[in-house]
Amino acid sequence: MQIEISLETLFSSNLAPLLLKALVVGLLTAVCSAILGVPLVLKRYSMIGDGLSHVGFGALAIVTALGVSPSSRMLAALPIVILAAIFLLLLSESGKIKGDAAIALISTGSVAAGYIILNITGQGAGDICSSLFGASILTLQNMDVTLSVLLATGVLLVFVLLFSKIFAVTFDPVFARSSGVPVSPLNILLAVLSAVTVVVGMKMIGAIMISALIVFPALSAMRICKRFRQVIFCAAGLSALNFLLGLFFAATVEFRVGGQTSSLPIGPCVVFFNALTLLLCMGAQRFVKKKETPLASENASEKVKNPNKQ
Amino acid sequence: MSLICFRDVTLGYQGQPVVKDISFEIFQGDCLCVTGQNGSGKSTLVKALLGFVSPMQGKIIKDGTLKNAVGYLPQQQPAQNDFPASVREIVLSAFQGRKKFFSFYTAKEKQLVEENMEKMQITHLANRSFKELSGGQRQRVLLARALCAATRMLLLDEPAAGLDPIVNEKLYETIADLRKDGMTVVMVSHDLDRALPVSSHVLQLGQTMQYFGPTSEFDPESSLKEESKNADRNFS
Repeated sequence: MQIEISLETLFSSNLAPLLLKALVVGLLTAVCSAILGVPLVLKRYSMIGDGLSHVGFGALAIVTALGVSPSSRMLAALPIVILAAIFLLLLSESGKIKGDAAIALISTGSVAAGYIILNITGQGAGDICSSLFGASILTLQNMDVTLSVLLATGVLLVFVLLFSKIFAVTFDPVFARSSGVPVSPLNILLAVLSAVTVVVGMKMIGAIMISALIVFPALSAMRICKRFRQVIFCAAGLSALNFLLGLFFAATVEFRVGGQTSSLPIGPCVVFFNALTLLLCMGAQRFVKKKETPLASENASEKVKNPNKQ
Repeated sequence: MSLICFRDVTLGYQGQPVVKDISFEIFQGDCLCVTGQNGSGKSTLVKALLGFVSPMQGKIIKDGTLKNAVGYLPQQQPAQNDFPASVREIVLSAFQGRKKFFSFYTAKEKQLVEENMEKMQITHLANRSFKELSGGQRQRVLLARALCAATRMLLLDEPAAGLDPIVNEKLYETIADLRKDGMTVVMVSHDLDRALPVSSHVLQLGQTMQYFGPTSEFDPESSLKEESKNADRNFS
């Protein structure tokens, strides 16, 4: 086996516009999913992203069967995924079926439905594989670029305007509700934005792996940052960096086995770099913990301080 | 006029009553101590006071001025154990209910945060991360947040949980001070020795309302015997 790094793909004139599309769609999706991921992970809703991506697969199968043209399939699948997001959220809040069980039910159900539909309509295995594991950047449409720009605008607007409310709802929904913060509308807003992120990112990263973009950056950032705002900025930065690394890796590294050349798909590369980052952040956390003075000594000094105050 | 009035209220979930026939009134400046054994409906009552649970029967009448004016201290949730947030961020979040967009806090709000952190003796922890704190320190942070949110009423669910004696003392002093300024306080407490001296009324629950009246006429001893008798009856 031979590994070859070629910059040809990166600079060949006919691929450059596609690569630019991939860069815009990928970076925006990576940043949005990382930002949304922080409240989702902290609210213990990480699996919602996973469930939604499976619903996305089912929804894509349905709109494909209905004969929607490839360029507007994403847009057509979007309402179904948004409805599923709201449904999942309300289901886990009502406590009738436990949240994780609800997600398992819905995600496996929609994958089954999607696979049946694709088989009936006679779609090839290639279609199924690409919607599960991510397609090459060659399939990116202008619609994907538009959608990702709209998504990014929406996410940034919501987080700038409502940052502290999202913090309050994430940290303590019960207190937030008691103090008059509209908890349910904010939760639904987060769920809808996650649904859009999943649909936009699914094409490039793949239905199976898109939830990694939601979970990994948030977890990595939480290892090295202590404040909510820092965690969000850090997660967004790490996610963007890892997407760039993954895209670059996929576009430049070629494997030659026997006489066949093969390059890697983007999705798994991005997830791989995200996993590597998480490991690094866990290492960094350990290192910092050892150097820091333990909290116990701080507690002791506080106890000495207290009697003077009284 | 009373701030909150319960009339023959039955509370419960999904058609199953938890606690029946509660009738009481709270006036401004009162301090109501809610007590009772586990499962007697204390937490359900707190949810009803906050408006999270509607009564199955009876009527709850709340004064309109209580909207967004209640400082609530919930019991701690395990999901908060690894939450990346500084103490000051958390205490400031008390004001979110009164804001529309953006997150700018006024100088007055910031000052109130500093004052309440001082009262709960967490000023030196202000920039620490919540996840690094001990259980008692966390309780003080949440108490400071409740104090910031309370403009008309303070609703405390087990305020003394995890506090050391010095801070505990300070907490009850603070409650007494707040009452002098006209604050209404409702607290769920097992710590009757300390809670009764600062409270004006007692509400004792145990599937039904067992006592409501002034603290001066409440005899914790007899009610304990009553409760243990009930418990015996339930076991046999």
